[in-house]
Amino acid sequence: MSAHVDAAVALAHRREWAQLLAVLARTTGDLELAEECVQEAFAQALVVWPVSGIPDRPGAWLTRVARNRALDELRRRAALRRRLPLLVTDGPVSGPDSALDDDRLRLIFTCCHPALSQEAQAALTLRLVCGLSTGEVARAFLVSEATMAARLTRAKKKIATARIPYRTPAPESLGARVSVVLEVVQLIFTTGHTAPAGPGLVRHDLLDRALDLGRLLHLLMPTSAEVAAQLALMLLTSARAAARVSSDGRLLLLSEQDRSLWNPSRIAQGVALLDEALRRGPASRYALQAAIAATHASAASWEATDWAEIVELYSRLFVLWPSPVVALNRAVAVGMRDGPAAGLAALSPLLSEPALATYPYLSAARADFLRQLGRVSEAASAYEEALVLTSNDVERRFLLERLGAL
Amino acid sequence: MAKYMLLIFGDPKQWDAMTPEEWRAHDAAHAAFNAAAGSRVLRGEQLESPPVATTLRAGSDGGLVLTDGPFLETKEGLGGYYLIQADDLDEVTKLAALLPEVRAAHSAVEIRPVVDHG
Repeated sequence: MSAHVDAAVALAHRREWAQLLAVLARTTGDLELAEECVQEAFAQALVVWPVSGIPDRPGAWLTRVARNRALDELRRRAALRRRLPLLVTDGPVSGPDSALDDDRLRLIFTCCHPALSQEAQAALTLRLVCGLSTGEVARAFLVSEATMAARLTRAKKKIATARIPYRTPAPESLGARVSVVLEVVQLIFTTGHTAPAGPGLVRHDLLDRALDLGRLLHLLMPTSAEVAAQLALMLLTSARAAARVSSDGRLLLLSEQDRSLWNPSRIAQGVALLDEALRRGPASRYALQAAIAATHASAASWEATDWAEIVELYSRLFVLWPSPVVALNRAVAVGMRDGPAAGLAALSPLLSEPALATYPYLSAARADFLRQLGRVSEAASAYEEALVLTSNDVERRFLLERLGAL
Repeated sequence: MAKYMLLIFGDPKQWDAMTPEEWRAHDAAHAAFNAAAGSRVLRGEQLESPPVATTLRAGSDGGLVLTDGPFLETKEGLGGYYLIQADDLDEVTKLAALLPEVRAAHSAVEIRPVVDHG
């Protein structure tokens, strides 16, 4: 019974948290209070459901408990005449007059308001939209719980005192605001996909939260090409998750991965969403990245990969997103298309790029081309350089192995 | 409604170097801001250049010390301000985007909510 209830509460937490918090935030005008009351409703469920049974509509039960708790607190504050800065809301919403009229969207756009730092945006999104505990959010970004608690408090205080409105953006700024939201989702996804430090390469909890966010955004903004493309990118990238690490915990390159472990349903969903995105509008940065992932996914083997297509897609991506990392990936693809000497030549202009000076993948890519060219001592020093620069255990083991095999 | 201070920061040397035409365009942009903001502007002023500032503070002997220059000895300084009232931060940023100082590379507008003592 208890395990049964725990599972029901966990499921409700994942399905209902964002909606509950979003509604409470609008009706109370206080993010902090909404957070406390929703948290408490879930704690209550753990105590009450084993006795009373799991309610038929857990969301309604949780809403009622959270709302009652909030009303008590608001009454108490009124009696104490405590005035706190409240969220700027448009008041009770009278029916769906716009496609964007959804409390979860209000919450997401408020958490990802451009007046907040990206650090704060990501932390707020994980805490308030995804319902991660402060400790879990702290672990995601490798800071102490106290630091994260202070960061979250500061961000919530800024929303209230600077009066960041609890509202979906006006049509003229919607595109730019959606991009900010997607950058946060992508940041959470990337953090989960390659954990910056620690024992495991993939943090599935974060990956799943990012995918949940992407699916929610696509559900609520079905006509946005950029939203569809970003979800496609996450699906296509995460489809390879099970194949990236060997059974003994070693990082596997794309060329070494067992493609039968790739998740075919995620690939199919990703490809379908990418097609949809490309029908709806010009290729965004996410669409091009998804197209690159889809090209890999459709290749029967590493050798059979359409490297000319990949180089072309990276070239187009670099126009939209002139990042040194994109240039690095393009150079690696050139090496795959034209051989290691061409790859090394394509990498060489990037060696003086300050943004890549501490980027382990540049050294690792160079080391790999040097190794293929038989330039053993240069390859060794490049692998050593990459080792100094990475703190992910799985990646370190991979580099050490390559170094040992020279 | 809440009050916000728009603090206009910039490099006084760059402002001093502006030509009469540039000043005319600059003033026209401020006029456009005022027209758009209407009664939401409670007050606004251009300040004399930061080097003209005098700063008063406590001295080591417990007395007061006057120093020549602004409190913050930075290349950029406060050049002017608007006190406005608005519903929320989005409304403020939309208006502030009309100010010419947000376009010039050496200047920017800092938006500070005013404490509401009720």
